[in-house]
Amino acid sequence: MHLKVNGDVHDVDAPDHWTLLEVLRYRLGLTGSKQGCDKGDCGACTVLVDGEPMISCLILAREAEGREIVTIEGLWPLHLARGGEGPDPVQDAFDRYGALQCGFCQSGMILSARALLDRTPSPTDEEIARALSGNLCRCTGYTQILQAVQSIVARARGVEPPRRSWEAANVGRQAGER
Amino acid sequence: MASRDIHGIDAPWGAFRHVGRDLRKVDGLAKATGAAMYTDDIALPGMLHAKTLRSPHAHARIRSIDAADALRLAGVHAVITGEHLPVTYGILPWTQDETALAVGKVRFVGEPVAAVAAVDEDAANAALKLIRVEYEPLHAYLDPFESLARHDPPIHEGRKDGNVSKHVHLAFGDVDAALAEADVVIEDDYVFHGTTHAAIEPHCAVGHYGADGVLTVWSSTQITHYVHRALARVLDVPAHRIRVIQPCLGGAFGGKSDPFSLEFVVAKLAMTTGRPVKMLYTREEVFYTHRGRHPMHMRYRTGATREGRLVGVDATIVIDGGAYSSYGLVTTYYAGQLLTGPYAFATYRFDSTRAFTNKPPCGPKRGHGSVQPRFAFEVQLDELASTLEIDPIEIRRRNLLGEHTTTVNGQRITSNGFARCLDVVEHASNWKTRHGQLPFGRGMGVAGSMYISGTNYPIYPNPMPQAAVQLKIDRSGLVTVFTGANDIGQGSNSIAQYLVAEELGLALDQVRVVSADTDLCPVDLGAYSSRETFMVGNALIDACRKVRPLVVRAVADHWQVDPSRVRFVDGVVVEQDDPPLQPAGVAVGGEARPGASPPDAAAGRRWMTAAEAFQLAEARFDTLGATGAYNTPTLGGDYRGGTIGAAPAYSFTAHVVEVSVDVETGRITCEKVWIAHDCGRALNPMLVAGQMEGSAYMGVAEALMEAHGVNRFGLHAGPSLLDYRIPTTVDTPELAALIVESLDPEGPYGAKEAGEGPLHPAIPAISNAVFDAVGIRLKHLPFTPGKVLAALRARKDAAAGTPAPALAGGAR
Repeated sequence: MHLKVNGDVHDVDAPDHWTLLEVLRYRLGLTGSKQGCDKGDCGACTVLVDGEPMISCLILAREAEGREIVTIEGLWPLHLARGGEGPDPVQDAFDRYGALQCGFCQSGMILSARALLDRTPSPTDEEIARALSGNLCRCTGYTQILQAVQSIVARARGVEPPRRSWEAANVGRQAGER
Repeated sequence: MASRDIHGIDAPWGAFRHVGRDLRKVDGLAKATGAAMYTDDIALPGMLHAKTLRSPHAHARIRSIDAADALRLAGVHAVITGEHLPVTYGILPWTQDETALAVGKVRFVGEPVAAVAAVDEDAANAALKLIRVEYEPLHAYLDPFESLARHDPPIHEGRKDGNVSKHVHLAFGDVDAALAEADVVIEDDYVFHGTTHAAIEPHCAVGHYGADGVLTVWSSTQITHYVHRALARVLDVPAHRIRVIQPCLGGAFGGKSDPFSLEFVVAKLAMTTGRPVKMLYTREEVFYTHRGRHPMHMRYRTGATREGRLVGVDATIVIDGGAYSSYGLVTTYYAGQLLTGPYAFATYRFDSTRAFTNKPPCGPKRGHGSVQPRFAFEVQLDELASTLEIDPIEIRRRNLLGEHTTTVNGQRITSNGFARCLDVVEHASNWKTRHGQLPFGRGMGVAGSMYISGTNYPIYPNPMPQAAVQLKIDRSGLVTVFTGANDIGQGSNSIAQYLVAEELGLALDQVRVVSADTDLCPVDLGAYSSRETFMVGNALIDACRKVRPLVVRAVADHWQVDPSRVRFVDGVVVEQDDPPLQPAGVAVGGEARPGASPPDAAAGRRWMTAAEAFQLAEARFDTLGATGAYNTPTLGGDYRGGTIGAAPAYSFTAHVVEVSVDVETGRITCEKVWIAHDCGRALNPMLVAGQMEGSAYMGVAEALMEAHGVNRFGLHAGPSLLDYRIPTTVDTPELAALIVESLDPEGPYGAKEAGEGPLHPAIPAISNAVFDAVGIRLKHLPFTPGKVLAALRARKDAAAGTPAPALAGGAR
C-alpha cells in the first residue's frame, strides 16, 4: 500500500488487518504515536488525517491510503518548512508550561490541540477542554496542558496568559523567600 | 564529604540562579516532538515477540501443560512454563512468593502460566491457543474476611498462619484508658475500595542475550536496581553480567515498582533462542498485573476532649492483599505507622492484617498504604468537629503536631508547614464566609495529611548509600551526571540538571543527565517512597562539593588570588568583588544559554569560561570527576517495625474541596480543589504544581469514578480504560495548586517531596464537603450515586422517626 505520512509517500507491505498505528510504529519507525490501549479508549495514538485528529489504532492502514497523515514527528519539520523557528508553538508551549510529565499521552494530546487551533485559532477554555477530552492523561490532572494551549491563544490575542495558581498566591512562601 | 552530610539550605553562590524557577524539563522537547524513546519503541535486529498465556481460574491446581502443538506452529521459537523459571522472587527479601510463570497452581484470574516467543505477535497469539493446560479448580477466596476465617485449601501452602499475609499490632500509650476518659468518642467503619494506577504506557520489556554472556533487559520499570537483583536471582546469571536499562517511562505511580513476569520471560526467552525478545502487555494484561491500591476495611475509634483535643486513636484494619505479597508487609505497617501526623495523638494503637485473596495482587500506589487510613481518619475527625460544633479547620489547628518534634510512634519530624497549609486553603477558598453557608446541595470540606519524603528503610537492609551519583567533568564545559534514579515523568532528571548547574555555577545546557542504566550509573534505589528529589538531590550536592574546590583552586592559582575570590555564574568564572558580587542581569529562567559569552556581570573583571576553568583544573589535578552519596540518619522508634515509616523529612498537605450534590440523581460533582502542599523549597514550582495537580486529580477520581474489582468468579470487572473510568479534561475539577515552603534543614536546599502527599486529603475532603452540602456522611468508597441516594433516604427516614436501614452512612 502507499501511505502519505508527513509529506512523504511510503510504499509499505503489511498484513491486511494491521492498523495505521501498527504500520506507523512497526513499519515506518514513527514511534512517536503511542499505543496505550489499542482499542480507541486513551487517544495516545492520535494522528492527523487530512487535518482531523483520528485514533490511529481504530483505522486499518489500508483505509488511510490516499490521505494526508501527519504524526507528531511531522509537526516540527512542517513548522520549519513554513518558515517557522524552533518547534511548533504547541510543542513549545507544552514544554514551557510543564504539560509534559511522562509524555506518553502527549503526542496525541499535542496533535489534538494542533487540530483545534488550525480550525479555531481563538478557542474558548471550554472549547479547548472539549477538544482534548478524547486524550487521557494520567499524570497532570490536565491543568498545565490546558494552560499551555491557553497561552498560545492568549499570545494570538496579544494578551498576557492568565496567572497560574501558585504564581498568584504567594501566601505560602516564607518571609524573605524570593 | 560523606553520605550523611547536611548541606544546608542556602544558595551556593549567594543567590539562586536556577532553583525556584519554572524551568523547562531536560526531556520536554524530546517528548513533545515524539523523539523520546520508550521501551516499546525499541526494535532490535531479528527481534522476536512474546505473549503470555494467563489463567482463566481464580484458584486452581495445574495438573498438566502440553505445549507440543504450539511448538510445532510455524514461526514459534520457544515456549516456556513455570518449570523453566522456578525460582521465587518478590520485592521484599522476606516474602519471595512469586514466580515468573505459575508453578503447580494459579492464584488469580490472569496469572501468567506460559509464554511463547514467535516471529510476530500474531504467531505468538496463535500458539497460545494451542497450549493445553489442565486445571483442577479450587475454592476461590474473594473476600478477605473469608480468607482469614478459613484456609482449606490455603492460597499459599506451607504457611503457618493460613491466609494471613502479614499482621501488625502496635500500641503507644494506654489507648483504652484515654478513650474511657474522653469527653467524646466517635466509632465507625470505613471502607476503601480497590483502585489501580492506569499509567497510559502498558508494561513492556525487551531482552537481549549476547554471545559474550551479557544479558540486557530494557524495561518500563521505576526501580532498575531491584529488577537487576531479581533477574540475577531468578535466571541464575551473575549480576555483573546483567544490564538493566529503563528507557523513557510512560507513567508508573507505583505500578511499575515490582519485578514483573515479563522481565524474566523476555530474558529467559532471549537466552533460550539467541534472539532479542520483546513483550508488550495489552491494556487488559495491565489490569491483571495491577499492584494497585489495597482495599481496606477500617474501624476507627477516636476520642477527644470537649475542646476537640485528640486523646486517643484506635484502629483495626483488614487489608485485601490479592494473591501475592508484593510490598504488602510494608503496606500493613504503613496503614498504621503513617497516620501519626499532622496531628498530635496522645495515645495510639493499630491492628492491621493483610489477607491473601484470589485476586490480582495489590501493591504500592501513590501514597502507599496511607491514603486509605487517612480517608477514614479525616472523615472521623470531621465528625468529631461537627459533634463538638467546632469548625473543621479549627479542630485541626487545635491538634497541630508542630515542627522539630516526635510523633507518638517515635517518628522524627523536622520542618512542618501544615499550619500554613491550613491558613492558605482557608484564605484561598473563602472558607470562613462559605463553609456551612452555601445553599443546600453545595458544600465545602477540608482534610489534611502528612507523607514520607523518602524512607530510611531500604528494601533490603544494607549499609551502602541509598542514593549515589557520579559526575564527569568534560573539557568542553559539559558536566554529565550519572544517576541510577528513575525519571518516571516526575522530572528527576531535570531536578538533577538544575541542582548541578546551581552548585557548579553553570548554564543549564552545560549539564546532561544519564540515568537508570545499571552499567553506567551508580546504584540508586529508584522511584518510590517519594525519595528521589530528597536523596538524589543530596547526593548530587555532595558530589559537586567534592569537585568544585578543585576547579576553584586551579582558577585561583592561575589568577594568583585567594580561592574565595573565584565565583561561577551561568557558565563563566569571574573574579569576585569585595563585598561579594551580586548576580547581574544575566538571562536565566528556562532558556539555556551558551556558557562562553562574556557576562554582564564580568564587566571590567577578570573572567574565563567554565570550559577554560575545567581545562586548568584537569591539567592540574588530572581527569575530573566525583561521586556523591546520601544516606538517611538513623531514624525510627525503638521497637520492631519502628523504622518503617521513618523518613528524613515529611511533607504536609491540606485540601479544601467544593462539591455539588444532585439529590435527584445522587451524583456528586467535585467543582474545585484548593491544594496547599508543604514541599520544603520548591526547586521548580511548575513541576511541584504539576505533581500537586496530578495527585489531587487522582484522588478525586478514586473517590468518585474509579473502581478496580472482580466479579464472583474472580474475573476482573472491566479490564479496559473504557470500563475503568479515569477522568478526562471535562471530568476534572478546577485545581488550584498553592505551594507552601517550610525549608527543611536536611533536604537539598530545603526541598521535600511533592509527588504523593498531595493525593491524600482529596478523598476525605470530598466526603466532608458532601456532609456540608447535604448532611450525609459517606464512609464507604467509591461515592457512587447509589450510595448517596441510600444515605439521603436513610437520613430522611431518621428525621421522620423511622429506623434507619443498615445502609445508613453509605452502603457497603
